[in-house]
Amino acid sequence: MERIPILQMGEFLLVTIQVDMHDQLALRLQDDLTDRIEHTSARGVLIDISALDMVDSFIGRMIATISGLSRIMDAETVLVGMQPAVAITLVELGLTLPGVSTALNVDRGMHLLRKRVGRP
Amino acid sequence: MAALQSSTLEAIVGNQAQLQRSWLEALEAKGAARNIREQDLRQETRDFLQLVIDGLGRESSTHIGAEGWEETRRFLEKLSASRAQVGQESHQTAFFIFALKGPLFDLLQAHYREQPALLAEQLWEISSLFDAFGLHTIRTYQKNREAVIKRQQEELLELSTPVVKLWEGVLALPLIGTLDSQRSQTVMESLLQRIVDTGSEIAIIDITGVPTVDTLVAQHLLKTVTAIRLMGADCIISGVRPQIAQTIVHLGLDLGTLTTKSNLADALKLALSRLGTTAGERV
Repeated sequence: MERIPILQMGEFLLVTIQVDMHDQLALRLQDDLTDRIEHTSARGVLIDISALDMVDSFIGRMIATISGLSRIMDAETVLVGMQPAVAITLVELGLTLPGVSTALNVDRGMHLLRKRVGRP
Repeated sequence: MAALQSSTLEAIVGNQAQLQRSWLEALEAKGAARNIREQDLRQETRDFLQLVIDGLGRESSTHIGAEGWEETRRFLEKLSASRAQVGQESHQTAFFIFALKGPLFDLLQAHYREQPALLAEQLWEISSLFDAFGLHTIRTYQKNREAVIKRQQEELLELSTPVVKLWEGVLALPLIGTLDSQRSQTVMESLLQRIVDTGSEIAIIDITGVPTVDTLVAQHLLKTVTAIRLMGADCIISGVRPQIAQTIVHLGLDLGTLTTKSNLADALKLALSRLGTTAGERV
């Protein structure tokens, strides 16, 4: 079964969504990610959605949920690379993802994560 | 309703010169001939009369959508366009057609003096035909005008959303004019796209040129700011004039976490300090 890979980079986890996100996949990612955070006691999670060019309200809510989950498990979460069309759609849907940190690309996202967890 | 009698057509053909003369006089009297050279007017009246005669000979129907009236319709469209160019209004163009009715009715009255029933019938036919001609010129005139307005609107929309790069990593969008839904959509899209293209971390939206900020405009601004934040960039609103600040507060609008500055210079200073550079440094 299809799943989204979760890569470990030191004390951070990197999730790159490169396929069309469907509901089952999003739910599976949610389970996988929380398991991995527990296993690796990761301090930060970076979710790269630059390849995602279509979202619906469910996926939008899942993104917010996943970031909320990782935060509760004491891992800072940064969402990077959102496409303009996706951003506009989310705003129009009223999903403004309050409390979720964002960055333009993976590089800046990493920078932000390191700053957040207090490691230069 | 019976169609036009052939004797009506004959009467028109027989008195063509006389009709044109009276028509020109009527135009002159009403001042509809102003701004138009006499020679042109003479030519136009002659052409139109000829077209009507040809049309009546070809087409029994007085419905001007019919095929036989196509040339006449095209002539009227050209006439309407040329009148619009010299600055005449739509009703003046229509009057050009209606002025022919008077002389034509006189002619028919003389022609059918002995047959009042036939006279009424033929007058009605001719009248409805010319009304349709007049309305056609107005419709064409309106269509031309609307096309001009539409083109200008589109040009304005494109002109009014330039995204400029102020500094490495800082974009500015000076907004001028009222923000409606369509414009704010264009503004949002072009700004977000530029943020992706340039990888800029901070966008400054300058609203000095926006005359009024109401709830709708504020909502559009908030949407844009939220979308920018979702993409991972920061947004600063600058150029908030005292009146606008008062309006925003009086309306009870919640601008939330929006950073606002009174002018572009302050916004740029803030942007640079967030980026960790100062204006003196070379980036």
